[in-house]
Amino acid sequence: MFGDYSLGDLAAIFAMQGFAGLILFSVFLLMALGLAIIFGQMGVINMAHGEFMILGAYVTWMTSNFFQAYLPALFSGYFFVAMILAFLASGALGMLVEWGLIRHLYKRPLDTLLATWGLSLILQQCYRSIFGAREVGVDLPQWMLGSFQVTDAIQIPINGVFVMCLTILITCAVAYVLYWSRWGRQVRAVVQNRVMAGAVGINTERVDRYTFALGCGVAGIAGSAFTMIGSTGPTSGQLYIVDTFLVVVFGGAASLVGTIASAFTISQAQSTLEFFLSGSMAKVLTLLAIVGILMLRPQGLFSLKVRK
Amino acid sequence: MLAISNLHVAYGQSEVLHGLNVAVSPGEIVAIMGRNGMGKTTLMKALMGIVPTKSGSVSMNGVEVTGLRSYERVAQGLAYVPQGRMIFSAMTVEENIETGLVASGGKAVPRDIYELFPVLLEMKARRGGNLSGGQQQQLAVARALATGPKVLLLDEPTEGIQPSIIREMARTLKRIRDERRLSIVVSEQVLSFALDVADRVLVIENGEIVRDDPRAGINETEVAKYLSI
Ligand SMILES: Nc1ncnc2c1ncn2[C@@H]1O[C@H](COP(=O)(O)OP(=O)(O)OP(=O)(O)O)[C@@H](O)[C@H]1O
Ligand SMILES: [Mg+2]
Repeated sequence: MFGDYSLGDLAAIFAMQGFAGLILFSVFLLMALGLAIIFGQMGVINMAHGEFMILGAYVTWMTSNFFQAYLPALFSGYFFVAMILAFLASGALGMLVEWGLIRHLYKRPLDTLLATWGLSLILQQCYRSIFGAREVGVDLPQWMLGSFQVTDAIQIPINGVFVMCLTILITCAVAYVLYWSRWGRQVRAVVQNRVMAGAVGINTERVDRYTFALGCGVAGIAGSAFTMIGSTGPTSGQLYIVDTFLVVVFGGAASLVGTIASAFTISQAQSTLEFFLSGSMAKVLTLLAIVGILMLRPQGLFSLKVRK
Repeated sequence: MLAISNLHVAYGQSEVLHGLNVAVSPGEIVAIMGRNGMGKTTLMKALMGIVPTKSGSVSMNGVEVTGLRSYERVAQGLAYVPQGRMIFSAMTVEENIETGLVASGGKAVPRDIYELFPVLLEMKARRGGNLSGGQQQQLAVARALATGPKVLLLDEPTEGIQPSIIREMARTLKRIRDERRLSIVVSEQVLSFALDVADRVLVIENGEIVRDDPRAGINETEVAKYLSI
C-alpha cells in the first residue's frame, strides 16, 4: 500500500495524519481518563460514558449558538466557556446519576453494566426528543480554522494543536488532583480499602459521588473536543465507547501514563492507517494489533507494581 | 466517655454479641481479653459502625452514635486500629497518616506524632505496604491519632509482634494516654501485655462480658483460666 509514494511523501503523510489524529487522541484520552477514574474508584463500568460525552458536545453546540446570536463580538472565545459549561453539565448529570442509580448497585457489577446501558438508551432518547434526530455541527471561530504551514507538504491544523494542549493541561490537572491533593488522597484511600477509609474519617459516599461526577465531567470536555471532528447526534457517543474501553484496557487500568500512551498509539494508528485504507479496514488492523499485544501482555502496557 | 449499653450484634441470623455493657472513663485504659472467636473484633467493628448494631446503644460523651456512619463516629472522637493493621499499602507512610487528617481538619502531620514514632519520619516517603509488620502497626496507630481521637480502639495490637516490642508498645500506649488524655480500649489475648497497660481488665466469652476487674488486686490465675482452653 505504500508502493506508490516516495519516501519524502510518506514522511509528510505520516506527519500530517499524525497531527490530524491529535483531536482523536484528545477525545480518546479524555474519555478514557473519565472511564478509568470511575472504574478504578468503584468498579463501575459506565456504559453511558459516551452519552455524557455527547451531552458535553450538545452544550458546546448550544454555547456556540448562543454566542453567535447574542455575543458575536466574543465568538472567538466561546470554546473556553463551552468547555467549562460542558464539564459542569456532564458532571452535574453524573452526580445525579450516582445519587439516583449507581450507589444502589455497588458490588453488583453486572447490574451496573445493565443499568448504565439502559441509562445510555434513555439519554439517547432524551437527546432525540430535545435536540432532534438530525446531527448538528458547530462553527469554529476563525482563528482555529487555519493551519501552520511547516514545510511545503506538511500542515498542522491549529485546532488540533489547541485541543491537544488543553487536553494535556486537563490531564495534568486530573493527575494533580488524584496524586497530590487532599481530595485525591481520600479517593485513593477509598479505592484501596473502602471500609478502612470510612474508619479513618473519610466520607466514602461523598468521595464516590464527586469522583463519579469528575469522570463524567471530563467526558463532557471530551465532548467539546469531539465537536471539532464529528457532527453531534443522539447516538454519536455510542461509536466511541468501544474505542474508549480499548484504550483503558490496552493502557492497563489504574495507570495514568498507560492511558496516555495507549490513547496516543490507538488514535495515531487509526488516523495514519485511514489515509491508506478504508476507515473500517484501519479499525480492523488496529484491533488485531491490540488483541495481539494484549495476548502477550494481558495486564496492559503499564501496570502498577506494589505489594498488596 | 464511651458508654456501651445492652449491645447486641449479629451477622445475619447468628447473634455474636449478646448484650454487652461497658463504660470507659476519660483517660482510662481498658483491656478486653478473650480467646479466638469470642467476639472481640466484632465488638470493635460494631463500635466503629462497620458491622450494624442489632439493638442497644453506644454513646460518646453522651452523644448517641449508634446510628452514625463510620466517618461520623470518627468525627465524634472514635479512632480505630484494626486487627491486621489495614494500612493503605500503595500510599506512602506520610499519605497514610494524612488520611486521618481529613477528620481533624489539620493540614500537615503534627510533629508530636512523628516524635512518638520516629521510625515513621525516617520512612515517610516509603510505600506503607513495604514496611515491616511492627512498623505497620505503628503507622496504623499514627493514622488513628491523626484523627484527633478521644477514644482509641485497638484490636489485638500485639498480634505477630515479638515480646520485647510488645513491652515497648505498652509504654507507648500509656505515653499516648498521658500526653493526650484520651481513653484506650484494647482487645488482647496476651495477658502480660494487658496487665502491663490496662487500668481495668474485662473478659469476653461467647459474646458476653464475664469478668470485669480493676488492675489493682486482679487475680491473674482466675483471668488466665479464661484464656487457656
Ligand atoms: N462476617 C462474619 N459473618 C459471620 N460470622 C462471623 C463474621 N465475622 C465473625 N464471625 C463470627 O463471630 C464470632 C466472633 O468473631 P470475632 O472475629 O469477633 O472474634 P475475635 O474475638 O476477634 O477472634 P480472634 O481473636 O481470632 O481475632 C466468631 O464465631 C466468628 O465465626
Ligand atoms: Mg479478632
